[in-house]
Amino acid sequence: MAAGVATWLPFARAAAVGWLPLAKKTMPKPPVDNSSRSDEILYVNVSGVRFQTWKNTLDRYPETLLGSSEKEFFYNEDTQEYFFDRDPEMFRHILNFYRTGKLHYPRNECIQAFDEELAFYGIVPEIIGDCCMEEYRDRKKENQERLAEDTEANEASDAPLPPHSTSRERLWRAFENPHTSTMALVFYYVTGFFIAVSVIANVVETVPCRPPKGSVKDLPCGEKYQLAFFCMDTACVLIFTFEYLMRLFAAPSRCKFMRSVMSVIDVVAIMPYYIGLVMPENEDVSGAFVTLRVFRVFRIFKFSRHSQGLRILGYTLKSCASELGFLLFSLTMAIIIFATVMFYAEKGTKGSTFTSIPASFWYTIVTMTTLGYGDMVPNTIAGKIFGSICSLSGVLVIALPVPVIVSNFSRIYHQNQRADKMRAQQVRVSRFTFSLVLECLCWSHNPSVLTETNHEFTDEMTYSELCMTESVGFRTSRSTSLSSQQGAQNNSTGCCPRRARRRAAMRLANSTVSVSRGSVQELDMLHVKTTSIPRSSLNAQSDDLKLNCGEQDFTAAIISIPTPPANTPDESLPPSPAPIPGILRNTRATAYTHDTVKISSL
Amino acid sequence: MGIQGMELFAIGVVIILFMAVLKQFGILEPMSSFEDSSDSDLELSTVRHQPEGLDQLQAQTKFTRKELQSLYRGFKNECPSGLVDEETFKTIYSQFFPQGDATTYAHFLFNAFDIDRNGSIRFEDFVIGLSVLLRGSVTEKLNWAFNLYDINKDGYITKEEMLAIMKSIYDMMGRYTYPCVRDEAPSEHVDKFFQKMDKNRDGVVTIEEFIETCQKDENIMNSMQLFENVI
Repeated sequence: MAAGVATWLPFARAAAVGWLPLAKKTMPKPPVDNSSRSDEILYVNVSGVRFQTWKNTLDRYPETLLGSSEKEFFYNEDTQEYFFDRDPEMFRHILNFYRTGKLHYPRNECIQAFDEELAFYGIVPEIIGDCCMEEYRDRKKENQERLAEDTEANEASDAPLPPHSTSRERLWRAFENPHTSTMALVFYYVTGFFIAVSVIANVVETVPCRPPKGSVKDLPCGEKYQLAFFCMDTACVLIFTFEYLMRLFAAPSRCKFMRSVMSVIDVVAIMPYYIGLVMPENEDVSGAFVTLRVFRVFRIFKFSRHSQGLRILGYTLKSCASELGFLLFSLTMAIIIFATVMFYAEKGTKGSTFTSIPASFWYTIVTMTTLGYGDMVPNTIAGKIFGSICSLSGVLVIALPVPVIVSNFSRIYHQNQRADKMRAQQVRVSRFTFSLVLECLCWSHNPSVLTETNHEFTDEMTYSELCMTESVGFRTSRSTSLSSQQGAQNNSTGCCPRRARRRAAMRLANSTVSVSRGSVQELDMLHVKTTSIPRSSLNAQSDDLKLNCGEQDFTAAIISIPTPPANTPDESLPPSPAPIPGILRNTRATAYTHDTVKISSL
Repeated sequence: MGIQGMELFAIGVVIILFMAVLKQFGILEPMSSFEDSSDSDLELSTVRHQPEGLDQLQAQTKFTRKELQSLYRGFKNECPSGLVDEETFKTIYSQFFPQGDATTYAHFLFNAFDIDRNGSIRFEDFVIGLSVLLRGSVTEKLNWAFNLYDINKDGYITKEEMLAIMKSIYDMMGRYTYPCVRDEAPSEHVDKFFQKMDKNRDGVVTIEEFIETCQKDENIMNSMQLFENVI
């Protein structure tokens, strides 16, 4: 109510006359206000949009930019106005704050942009009115969560290793990101396979097999083929133990690793086997041993390293803990109430199955979840009435927290999708631009190469220009994706992902279409270091190219670019005798050059 | 017997549920009729007041045109409906005296401003009152003060009225004054006031007595001069 105080201040001072006659001494002098009283209209030009307001309006909040002498820095003498090179839409809201004393947060604006404007004008966000405060807080929290996730995801991304990493660090990376090296990928799939084998073995063990000769009773397969199952179990446990020890060795922080959920699951999965080995075949202990075998089923949770969906589910349940707790609590209350009522309703009947209230719990649970086994059934009219009310209310109570859990799951799932897509995009774009830049660098250093070879269609200048513009274009797109890697800057992918996703996809689509016909991932082949180059399809002079560049990996790409002669179409290219990767490279490169031919020949 | 009791209970529950369903369909009229009270809230906000023309106000008060414009802009910003009711007035005035309870004094002040006693202050009342307080002559100011103290506007200030005013002023100052104010201070102050003002000892102070005494008192006269350039 700062505006209110300013308006009513003269009134309050004047009303002091009221107690004047009662004062015992003379009143003190009022503070003298030196500022000029005459009110004038100020002109504020924000990026071309002219705003006009009374000077008094702005003076209401002297701690802000507009209310203090700080605005004099923006005063333009020529046009006699204050010029701000900021967003005029946002300024509207800022100015309304001065006028009405309430700051509103517009729903369609980006939260980060709004925060920045507030910071520029010196306004603290805490004074946002109650009407918009909740929305502001929610958006802000959502944004911060998203940024935190992005930075997390990018830290764990497939960025190339620092050059001087120890074998331990490399091992840990191999475990955490299996697709960084082929060895890690192989190991990943092998462990996955063995987890599956182990779980299936556990399951099949209990299936009854045909009894051996001389026995009538059906035997479970586990006992019939005891040795086979034991060997399989041993093999699996060996693999799991080896994996666990490797992870323990490679972990950067052993204590933290040992406390993590996945390592606990690993331990629980392999412990029963070792305990079984150690324990003697005593009768009294074997009961406990049988219980221990149950824990073997925890091996199935090891799959959560392999499946992201499982991890998401686990995370969702964790984040919906309060809703689940509420569900549990309300169900418990309802169960107790209905069980009591049913017990007393059915008390008189002969042979009633409702022997006690705890016994009625089973009936209530079965009825509320609409299972209806039918092992306990009310016989009296009152019992039937209450039973029907019980089943109807059960549906309601269970259905209430479910949408909250579902919306949480959907949000987390979409976030994961988005993070994955972004990561994949970055990998693709960075690899592609890297290769392109190196090609163009090599070309631009060797203009003589072009004149020596037999290719009239490619004008040296146009080609290098084309290459340069494309590489520059990609460099910018790469840099934006890099900056989004940091996540902290104010870029479209950081704070407003939904709108930006479409734009980024369009941008990338435009750039990739002009360069490569096929799917972008296949361009990764260019990276693969190889010495076998399909020379047979090239001119003899191409030997020079190899020497000039010095980068062994990329000679393949460079050499294959000038391949198509002007007069023959692509199909006439002789297939290379080189191994399959060579062919692939060739075709990809021709696809590339086909387009460049088109462009440069225009 | 227990069985029959449960059956009765069950039948009772069924009847209640049935009635709930009927209410949903609107067949059974709801017992409470609280919908009417919600309409009355709307009426107050639609009352608006537009002040008289600028020229008339200029004639009635001693403010210049620009001052009146400035005052009205602030007033309209605060009260878009053009009227200030007592609650708003109390809230506004309490902002200036956060350490004490200014509501009682604000109530008296409100009555002093509200010349036509209709429960709300219009812009004309506000501006006329301010004109007297800031630009009026000493006599006018003293008149205004007398009007403030005379709660029932009968032309006499009785001891009870004065005590009420005094208490409200002491309340407004709050408990954290230095030196501390004792509980008997208001009544003592009232006695002193009456000793000074009430010349004919009839227990009431008339307007003539009041003005006469004040004009003779140097302190009061000096203080009055300070209120010239507050706006």
